[in-house]
Amino acid sequence: MELLYSICVGVLVACGVFLILRARSFPIVLGLTMLSYAVNLFLFASGRLSINQAVILGASPQHADPLPQALVLTAIVIGFAMTAFSVILAIRARADLGNDFVNVQGSNSTVKKAGSKK
Amino acid sequence: MALFWIPLLTTLGSLISSLTAKLSRNQTAAITLLAPIAALAICLYHAPAVFNGDILYSQFNWLEQLNLSISFRLDGLAFLFALLILGIGSLIIFYARYYLSDKDSLSKLYAYLMLFMTAMLGIVLSNNVIQLWFCWELTSISSFLLISYWNDKAEARKGALMALTVTGAGGLALLAGLMLIGNIVGSYQLDDILASGELIKQSQWYEVTLVLILLGAFTKSAQFPFHFWLPHAMAAPTPVSAYLHSATMVKAGIFLMARFYPALAGTEMWFLLVSLTGLATLLLGAYVALFKHDLKGLLAYSTISHLGLITLLLGLDTELATVAAIFHIINHATFKASLFMATGIIDHETGTRDMRKLNGMWRYMPYTATLAMVAASAMAGVPLLNGFLSKEMFFAETLHSQLLGSMSWLIPVLATVAGAFSVAYSARFIHDVFFNGDPIDLPKQPHEAPRYMRVPIEVLVALCFVVGMFPNYIVDGLLQVASMAVLTEATPVFEIAIWHGFNLPLLMSGVAVGGGILIYTQRKYLFQFQASLPSLSAKAMFDQALDYLFIWSQKRIKQFENGSLQRYTILLIMLVLFAAGAPLFEMHQLVGQNTPHNIDMFNAVGTSLLIAGALATVIWHRHRMIALLMISVVGLMVSVAFTRFSAPDLALTQLSVEVVTIVLLMLALFFLPQHTPKESSSIRVLRDLSIASACGVVIGSICYAIITRPLDSISQFFIENAKTGGGGTNVVNVILVDFRGFDTLGEITVLGIAALGIYKVLVNLPLFMPATDGEGRKWAKEKYPLLLATISQTLLPLALLVSAFIFLRGHNLPGGGFIAGLITATAIILQYIAHGSNWIAERLTINYRKIIAIGVMIALICGMGSLVFARPFLTSWFDYFDIPLVGKTELASALIFDLGVYVTVVGSTMMILASLGKLTANEPNKQEKARGAD
Repeated sequence: MELLYSICVGVLVACGVFLILRARSFPIVLGLTMLSYAVNLFLFASGRLSINQAVILGASPQHADPLPQALVLTAIVIGFAMTAFSVILAIRARADLGNDFVNVQGSNSTVKKAGSKK
Repeated sequence: MALFWIPLLTTLGSLISSLTAKLSRNQTAAITLLAPIAALAICLYHAPAVFNGDILYSQFNWLEQLNLSISFRLDGLAFLFALLILGIGSLIIFYARYYLSDKDSLSKLYAYLMLFMTAMLGIVLSNNVIQLWFCWELTSISSFLLISYWNDKAEARKGALMALTVTGAGGLALLAGLMLIGNIVGSYQLDDILASGELIKQSQWYEVTLVLILLGAFTKSAQFPFHFWLPHAMAAPTPVSAYLHSATMVKAGIFLMARFYPALAGTEMWFLLVSLTGLATLLLGAYVALFKHDLKGLLAYSTISHLGLITLLLGLDTELATVAAIFHIINHATFKASLFMATGIIDHETGTRDMRKLNGMWRYMPYTATLAMVAASAMAGVPLLNGFLSKEMFFAETLHSQLLGSMSWLIPVLATVAGAFSVAYSARFIHDVFFNGDPIDLPKQPHEAPRYMRVPIEVLVALCFVVGMFPNYIVDGLLQVASMAVLTEATPVFEIAIWHGFNLPLLMSGVAVGGGILIYTQRKYLFQFQASLPSLSAKAMFDQALDYLFIWSQKRIKQFENGSLQRYTILLIMLVLFAAGAPLFEMHQLVGQNTPHNIDMFNAVGTSLLIAGALATVIWHRHRMIALLMISVVGLMVSVAFTRFSAPDLALTQLSVEVVTIVLLMLALFFLPQHTPKESSSIRVLRDLSIASACGVVIGSICYAIITRPLDSISQFFIENAKTGGGGTNVVNVILVDFRGFDTLGEITVLGIAALGIYKVLVNLPLFMPATDGEGRKWAKEKYPLLLATISQTLLPLALLVSAFIFLRGHNLPGGGFIAGLITATAIILQYIAHGSNWIAERLTINYRKIIAIGVMIALICGMGSLVFARPFLTSWFDYFDIPLVGKTELASALIFDLGVYVTVVGSTMMILASLGKLTANEPNKQEKARGAD
């Protein structure tokens, strides 16, 4: 199970990084969201995997590690705030600049053809 | 009286002066004078102890772990400087009242002056070298403000900037040097450092430390080759120049050398660096001063030359030389301040400082002329004045120097040459300005200055006289204690006398006076010679160097920062990849000792769904709607994973955040372009894929390595104390609201700030609203489906009830403020979706900004509540109560804290989504089209 879990984290990281490297804002937002899933899972796993051991006192004889859970809980909410902020920035940039490129236009030859303004 | 009152009083003085703009000039001056005079009185109150050889202290501990404290120390040297700073400072404040014209703000000048005074006092009184450095930088900044006082003049601004650049750069070198010293000694306390001289000198870092500290001192004291900023600083009002360039700013560098003398001096390197720099500065300043037509320019170069003289004395390897240096610090401060002030009078009453126009002033202002002539004679070293005594000592000490081996005779010879030039420019100051024919078209009809404007000069000139004639009565004691602070051992026996008999120093003085007069009378030839030299403008070179630096750094920056986010991201990711990946190769074995869990059906299905969802998001990332659906599959699977692996709180949070995130992204889709064209080349895709896979492999491997190894956690503490200490059985929630409540407080504050930031970014947003969807279809006519509207309304109270339930049980069972807040937010958002924001606005006016503020305040006040009971911030309290109908219930103060969390989460989430959603409703023209996506 541990191996499968790690593969999931790895796949999420890979997908997130790939999306972050795109040139348009929406895929980047998706990538950030994906990456925050990966990071949350990663941090959560630092308390090791345990089944049927929720940290409710008296509910089970053994308990999972509560500390990473508490950290990840706030991380999820903060991650949402960050995603929201980047989304709003993307909208603002689109409204002010007329396009959704994340590069200053003409600065880099990575874009094969210039995006037509809508 | 405690020492800290001295800088504290001047700080207060600075604040008060800045508030006196509406008062009359006399009142402003009188009020401002209170602080330095009071501070001076405190200083003098301590005088008997200081003369007794005691060192006084006053200390506040600040960050003890970092060895940082606010700490003051008064010894002989500090006492001498404090006297100069406060005494001359008071005279300058008095003088400035008459100098400044009515249209210039007196209170502004005073506020800056007092700030500067505070900084200077901070330097001389500090017992902590980091504190000393802080004040050092404060002098750079406040002198910048003072020099650019007339900020409408370009030369004032440029001069101020130059002074700041040079002294600021030196300040950075000084900081590095002080930190090295702190490292060697293991303490930043001056006492410890001064006592560890041998340790420092034997350290392998000694050379670097010495050079760095001397760089700080030399830039501040305008030593060659950093001297060029000082003449340009003359754009300041004359009282400022008189203060900065006689007793304070430039003397800070000298003070630094004297202060660290016990710790750093005594080595060959010190003597060579300090004495040769001093000698070069002495000669250069004395020579150039003669050719300056501007009175202040002459004084500026003369100041440079005298600073060089003091530096040279500090670099001579005899103890008496150090005594002479301190003596000359006092003397130079008195005569140079009075000369600057006299120049200010001349400038004030004639409208010019050009010596080619100023002639024969004796007839118009005999009184000022007399004062200036006495001061200038002191500068030249005429007997019976103080300058003579220290110059005589200087000549005598140069004779003893063995620094240059067999060529040591050069030092006294060059000193005599510099002395001759110093006599020559002093003679020019006297003769050219006060005699030498008639004035040539002056802007103003010259006349004597106001009576009180001359008072400060009279005081200082009187000092020149008294010290010059009765040195043993006036300065002997002061000199003793100050020298003792510098030399630390017993001061050498010295006797200052006007008459030592016919000896070599007297001959040197004689030669200097004779030579000086000769140079002055034959100056015509020298001026011609000087004019034939190619002009070397330090300012032009400085500007050029600065321009070059700017262009160079801009080029370098552009190499990295070319405006491509993709490029920055890739650089950062590569860096992380190497930093995180490299240690993996050194690891012996990836898998750890833990026995792995078996893979069951649920896990296998969940995992495949998650991976499929993630891959599908990437594959269809240009089809935005599909990508959005796919990523929501991933999010759901993540929350399922949390459920599976014993984290019900996380699962609930993830699930509710997921709903809110998807709503947000749907809204975003509406505002962003509907199509993502394919634009990355295949090579680029390949490159990105390889980087992404590498990241996945590295992070996945690290994750695997971690989770297969045994866990050594601090969590046992939380599990054991959750019930007894925090009063709850849901340990995760107890950690959030109790054990780590401070973290949570920070988190909700961040959340609130993010929401407010979003609100601000969306203000005045120019809108792009598509009339159709991506395939060119019109938006649905039925904006708000009846079914949804009806169900959502019935659902609202139920949802609120659920969130109340989740909130209340949070302390003992999965739930809590975060989750309840998100559920409430989701319920309200559903109303927005079903009815549109206008419908909501008609029924409910909520200011979400206020809600966020209220939420954070609740948490904060709940945390501070524990202070009332004399417990640390955020201590929680709980007990059990019998509540009718409900039964025995536990109530914890943490519940109030959790309420703050809840309110903040609701406010922030609603703020984010409602501000975005509202945009679609606000455009009246496009309202019909826009509503569809609401």
